[in-house]
Amino acid sequence: MSMNDALAEAGAKAAGKRPYFLDEEVEAVLAITMAAVQELAVARQRIDTLERLLEGKGILSRSEVETYAPDPSAAIERALSNQEYIARVLRIVQQRNEANLASGDIASEAVGSELGARS
Amino acid sequence: MTLANVPPIQPYDGPPDYRVVGRHAVFPQTSHDEIERINFLAQMNRHLSVRVVPGVKAAYDNKVAPAFAKAQGRPIADRHEARRALLEDGSFCLWSAIRRMTMEQRQQAGRWTTIRQRESLAEKAAELTDGDERLKLDPSVTIPRYVSAVDHHCMPGSYYTEAFPGDVANGANYDHGNFVTTAGLLGKYADGGGHAVVKWVKRNYPDFKPARILEIGGTVGHSSLPIAQAYPEAEMTIVDLGAPVLRYGLARAKSLGVDNVSFVQASGEDLANFPDASFDWIQTTMFLHELSSTALDNILRESRRLLKPGGIVLHVEQPQYTPEMPLFEQAMRDWDAFYNNEPFWSRMHELDLDQHMVAAGFERDKLIHGGVTAVVDKDLFPDAADDETEDYGRKAAWHVIGASV
Repeated sequence: MSMNDALAEAGAKAAGKRPYFLDEEVEAVLAITMAAVQELAVARQRIDTLERLLEGKGILSRSEVETYAPDPSAAIERALSNQEYIARVLRIVQQRNEANLASGDIASEAVGSELGARS
Repeated sequence: MTLANVPPIQPYDGPPDYRVVGRHAVFPQTSHDEIERINFLAQMNRHLSVRVVPGVKAAYDNKVAPAFAKAQGRPIADRHEARRALLEDGSFCLWSAIRRMTMEQRQQAGRWTTIRQRESLAEKAAELTDGDERLKLDPSVTIPRYVSAVDHHCMPGSYYTEAFPGDVANGANYDHGNFVTTAGLLGKYADGGGHAVVKWVKRNYPDFKPARILEIGGTVGHSSLPIAQAYPEAEMTIVDLGAPVLRYGLARAKSLGVDNVSFVQASGEDLANFPDASFDWIQTTMFLHELSSTALDNILRESRRLLKPGGIVLHVEQPQYTPEMPLFEQAMRDWDAFYNNEPFWSRMHELDLDQHMVAAGFERDKLIHGGVTAVVDKDLFPDAADDETEDYGRKAAWHVIGASV
């Protein structure tokens, strides 16, 4: 099945040792970020395609999109959606800050030793 | 209806939309999002060369080179010192990291598109090539170390790997994703190099009437088909190591209506299947840098043996390093050698090619030197002016070194 082959092989490594220019972990995170940037560009183009097709069929005009004003309840739904999105993306920041507040936080590994020890 | 807040159409300078590329029978089907991925990656390369590289040059001029001179008590002496000094600079490293990952993303994007449909592509290629004697494959051809050690330009599996007998996916990936690097500058069929060679030969050798033409390392025939089309009375032979690109190449040529071509699997180092004085014209295009010192000399000797009296050989390549070329430019041109899996690029471009041609049996006073620029495809760039962007080592402007016999 080609789709499974594509999943397995599309991202294959080329023969030859890969050079790293930044700290290896930083470069890995940057590579993931740039792939996400690419996919956002693809999604934006798809939205643009949809708008132009819908406009071509007379279903909406893009000026309606540009001048769209949500009614008050829609505005709140959209604002909450943004808040949820930001909180989701910045989860790691939240967790680091919670750690700053936690006292007596103990690693699971240490708890395991504690729980496994015979008194 | 005009939108109040939309500005008038701007003069546009950049890659065309991918949908202008020329398609043929074995060109992979591309979804909306696959096309937009290619558009994005072409724009990424454009952005890096136009918007980012000038900053890297400024870092070299204002920080890297002065810091080296201060520390060493002398200026940077060669391109290797320049590159090593640049590796200490944050802007060079950030640009390099992004350029490398853009190439990797391009390969992933192209492989996704071609692998998901590789069975149907193979079927289409087989329909066009099965039983056609213009496709001559030779499974006994071994892949030399200069092709197998690292995959050129980070293309997994290179030109020769196949997932199953009859597979053409690596040819299709190479062909349809080419646009990401060239930004369309090589034309809708990625054949601007071939058209440039034809224009150069027609101008410099107006009475040349080749009957048999050979392109060594011609892959899918990007540069060969314009030559075959310009000399329809000639028979054109394309040799390459990779079966997938050759199968794909003949299917592509036939569906584009080019029939005076054959695709032969062989190493350019050993073309013993062809007798002495077999060809009027032998061509290579952006090929010499993917060899080794030994292979280069072997291929030059084979080309001398295979040329008929009155024939010509032409090699099209990026320019050689010369003392006049600024060290920053040399170091940037070397980038592909070190970071984009072009291992012979650096050494090849410092060779005295005239000397190697003479050692291969060509007469020094019959050597040929020239320069060619890709012929602009007016279908893609109706208002094109000359592109002045420097994208070290990737610009569609090449040198010609050759000889007549």
